[in-house]
Amino acid sequence: MRYLFTLLLAAACLVPVMAKEARPLAEDEAVEQRLIVIAQDLRCLVCQNESLAGSRAELAEDLRREVREQIRAGKSDQEIKDYLVARYGNFVLYRPPLEATTILLWVGPFVLLLGAAAGLLIHVRGRARQGDAPLDEAQRAQAEKLLADISTKGPQ
Amino acid sequence: MKKKRWLLIPLALFLVLLGFLAVGLKRDPHEIPSPLVGKAAPNFSLPRLEAPEQRISPADFKGKVWLLNVWASWCVSCRDEHPVLVEFSRRNLVPLVGLDYKDTPAEAQAWLARFGNPYGMIAVDADGRIGIDYGVYGVPETYVIDKQGLIAHKHIGPLTPEVIEQEILPLIRKLST
Repeated sequence: MRYLFTLLLAAACLVPVMAKEARPLAEDEAVEQRLIVIAQDLRCLVCQNESLAGSRAELAEDLRREVREQIRAGKSDQEIKDYLVARYGNFVLYRPPLEATTILLWVGPFVLLLGAAAGLLIHVRGRARQGDAPLDEAQRAQAEKLLADISTKGPQ
Repeated sequence: MKKKRWLLIPLALFLVLLGFLAVGLKRDPHEIPSPLVGKAAPNFSLPRLEAPEQRISPADFKGKVWLLNVWASWCVSCRDEHPVLVEFSRRNLVPLVGLDYKDTPAEAQAWLARFGNPYGMIAVDADGRIGIDYGVYGVPETYVIDKQGLIAHKHIGPLTPEVIEQEILPLIRKLST
């Protein structure tokens, strides 16, 4: 009886040991933090509207693995981005560099804004210069009649 | 009269926008120009599918124009492309090398046994690392590599008889001379 009790006690002690501890999400917190920062600026090539940080595409997982390894190898953010640009082009960057081929992308909105502002300015100035158009004879008579009506009958 | 001319500006802008949209409709957003075109084909040394103890490297093809076709047994469009490759390999023009991307050898072998093997040799890129070096983001992809080992052209998506006739063959002829 005592023997059985000891056995039960021993078994009970074993239970917590057998329960698996929840594994941390990432092996290395610092690496994972940097991975997220870098990957948020990178585009997943398979689902093009997702960042590399958020995509569940298999290629995105492979690229994250690659980035993770390069972080561990002590590469700088710029070196890691250059590595991906050399293979996939500027398309992987959400913020493409200012180059001859991307100049329209960067400057275009400002050119449009300036153009619209200039157009508006010219239009407003032109209207101001014209001033109020003088009334012709018939319009003047009509206006006088209306004013006379208001002063006798009062506003309706 | 002056007022009417003003009205033409929005119309002109609209036509420009229409032009951009029309061009955008015709373009495939999945076709991203590769920065590797004109550069040396990334080096690798991978086991052969047919004989894993042997290794394949781009250096083996120095002095030849050759095609590297990235495929996988799990890739659906590769199945569409396959007859085109079989037909192409029958002509025996240039070496056609397969890069079996993120695949298992057993499944790749079964696939080839079922549909036929157009490849002169096949390199196994089991974890997809060489694929990353080549900027692969969707199989199938095909690279034309010249005699100096530079990537002359990259075709994204399945090859069709039209692509072979109009893009690949003229380029091979040009590079071979």
